[in-house]
Amino acid sequence: MTDAAVSPGMGLNQTASKSAPLTTADGKPLKAALRKANGRARRNALLLVAPLFVFLLFTYTIPIVQMMARSVMNPEVANNLPNTSAAIGDWDGEGLPSEEVFAAMAQDLKNGGRSTIGRVAARLNTDMPGLRSTMMGAMRDADEFQAPFKEALLADDDDWGDPRLWTLIKRETRTITPAYYLRALDYEYDQAGEIVPRPENLQVYRSIFWQTAWMSGLITILTILMGYPVAHLLATLPLKRANLLMILVLLPFWTSLLVRTSAWIVLLQQEGVVNNFLVFFQIVDDNDRMRLIYNRIGTIIAMTHILLPFMILPLYSVMKTIPPSLTRAARSMGATPLRAHLTVYMPLTIPGLAAGVLLVFILAIGYYITPALVGGEGGIFISNLIADRMTGSLSQLRLALALATILLVGVLVLYWLFNRLVGVERLKFG
Amino acid sequence: MALPDHATRLERVWHRTYLIICGLIFFFLVAPIIVIIPLSFNATPYFTFTKEMLTFNPDGYSMRWYDDLLSSREWIRSIQNSFFIAITSTIIATTLGTLAALGLSRREMPARAAITAFLISPMIVPLIITAAALFAFYARANLSQTYFSIIMSHVVLGAPFVVITVTAALSGFDNQLIRASQSLGANQVTTFFKVILPLLLPGIIAGGLFAFITSLDEVVVVLFLAGPEQTPMTVRMFSGLREEISPTILALASILVALSIGLLTMMELLRRRTERQRSG
Repeated sequence: MTDAAVSPGMGLNQTASKSAPLTTADGKPLKAALRKANGRARRNALLLVAPLFVFLLFTYTIPIVQMMARSVMNPEVANNLPNTSAAIGDWDGEGLPSEEVFAAMAQDLKNGGRSTIGRVAARLNTDMPGLRSTMMGAMRDADEFQAPFKEALLADDDDWGDPRLWTLIKRETRTITPAYYLRALDYEYDQAGEIVPRPENLQVYRSIFWQTAWMSGLITILTILMGYPVAHLLATLPLKRANLLMILVLLPFWTSLLVRTSAWIVLLQQEGVVNNFLVFFQIVDDNDRMRLIYNRIGTIIAMTHILLPFMILPLYSVMKTIPPSLTRAARSMGATPLRAHLTVYMPLTIPGLAAGVLLVFILAIGYYITPALVGGEGGIFISNLIADRMTGSLSQLRLALALATILLVGVLVLYWLFNRLVGVERLKFG
Repeated sequence: MALPDHATRLERVWHRTYLIICGLIFFFLVAPIIVIIPLSFNATPYFTFTKEMLTFNPDGYSMRWYDDLLSSREWIRSIQNSFFIAITSTIIATTLGTLAALGLSRREMPARAAITAFLISPMIVPLIITAAALFAFYARANLSQTYFSIIMSHVVLGAPFVVITVTAALSGFDNQLIRASQSLGANQVTTFFKVILPLLLPGIIAGGLFAFITSLDEVVVVLFLAGPEQTPMTVRMFSGLREEISPTILALASILVALSIGLLTMMELLRRRTERQRSG
């Protein structure tokens, strides 16, 4: 009965929608009107985001991409020895190049002024000491060179007969070079052009990368150990008292980084408050005051303090949403407090823990100010090395940019992970 | 977190220990910041409590470091610079960030997660990288060592905080209010200024405060971009701490702590206001 009553209606509806599509009041098809309205809403949303998006693109993203591009640039040799660069491409690297290459080199030496050849010579001299004088000497005599140029150059200086010189020039005529990245990872080209590890006493960067990673890891662990109990306390206290205690977490969060760093300098100095306190209570001897700053310990203590709120806040916001009845239920079913905590409560806090861990670690590996001020010689991070190399020569600068790119890629991978696991929209302060 | 009456002895002991541990951690969080305030009144140029200070002898205390700070033309000038840069960049960052947050919270926003991640990224990228890139960028445009370049850079660094804070405020926003306003005959502009903006204001101000403190605190970018004209107080503090730390820095640091306590109080009041609005 019911079926029979309904089915004609259904059929009628179907035929109606087939023959005359639903329309809006002014006669447009509903589907098209809806799509149009949705399109307009999308456009409006995009228009609101556009100003900041475009602003960041031009004053932030593009500068960073430009900077990264400079870390592989190597235009000196190609630009300043144009003929040689063109000719040497055909050389197979066996023995010495042909007469044409020597002729091109003689031409370049003749055309190039003192500063042009000087720039090339300085660039190549870093890879092959002594080459500067060879090139500058040949430049001065270039006007007198006669064909055959091979003999002329060899007569000018024996070094022109060294195949390694030509291998080097061929390699450096490439305008894009991985050389700075090799250096940033403590590798280099040897004289035959093979990639080899740098001599042990010159290896610095890998160990600083490693130090940055393990110190950041240690700091992250310390912030977990200190942040977890505090976040738990805040999440389980009555709201009024939790808000009051929350101020103690937010005060350091809102206090200038420099202020917090200077506070630690004051506290941890050999004549500072902590050491005086320890001496007063005869925990350490007056002549044997602890070195707590200008080393790794200083960096770790200060950075743990500075980053601790970044662990507490995401943990707290997740813990607050966990109903206390869950732990109570576990207890009532016979779990010990420890077991209830480990098997019921802790797994639920993992989203907050992941957010805190990634946030603290990401922020820590890029730190510059605090290690620079309290790290001394031993407690520095990769950022400090980058800043240091940035003010050096052109090749030092490119090396700094290569180091910066490696650091940036690492940070972006972690940030991507953060987005996958946590989501940026979950980020909140206070 | 009160223990039930039937708690065992072990539980009570553990609970007590737990509270003590938490107390120590709170102490670790706050004590280093608070301790510099009395130290900044030290009459001697040392960074520890003298005997006079510990016995509350008035001779142990003095205002000399504050006098030093406030009578130094360079310090005053750098503090003015800092505030000028922070206020200007906060206004721009708050405007751009609020607009972006309004767009991001629209239901129809395409690629929301990716765009949010992009807009937040300046907060995540190591400052030394941002600083180096912006330095090269503005140097090429002949704009390094100008207020313009510093302010623009601080907008970049401050805007993510505004986006995060305003987006969070919007997530609790009742969209029915917009419909109600429109059904009563208000157009979009009126609805925005009379309904949306007043309700969002606490969130926007909070975001603005974040951008403000970010700019005021920022060291690395200004270290690269600021010339002698624009030197803000953070750069002077940084070089002061690097070379020879003088208690004058502690005086400034104490003033900054007072400032952050003030800002924190403002944030707390804003939060309470929002809570009242939501519940009322």
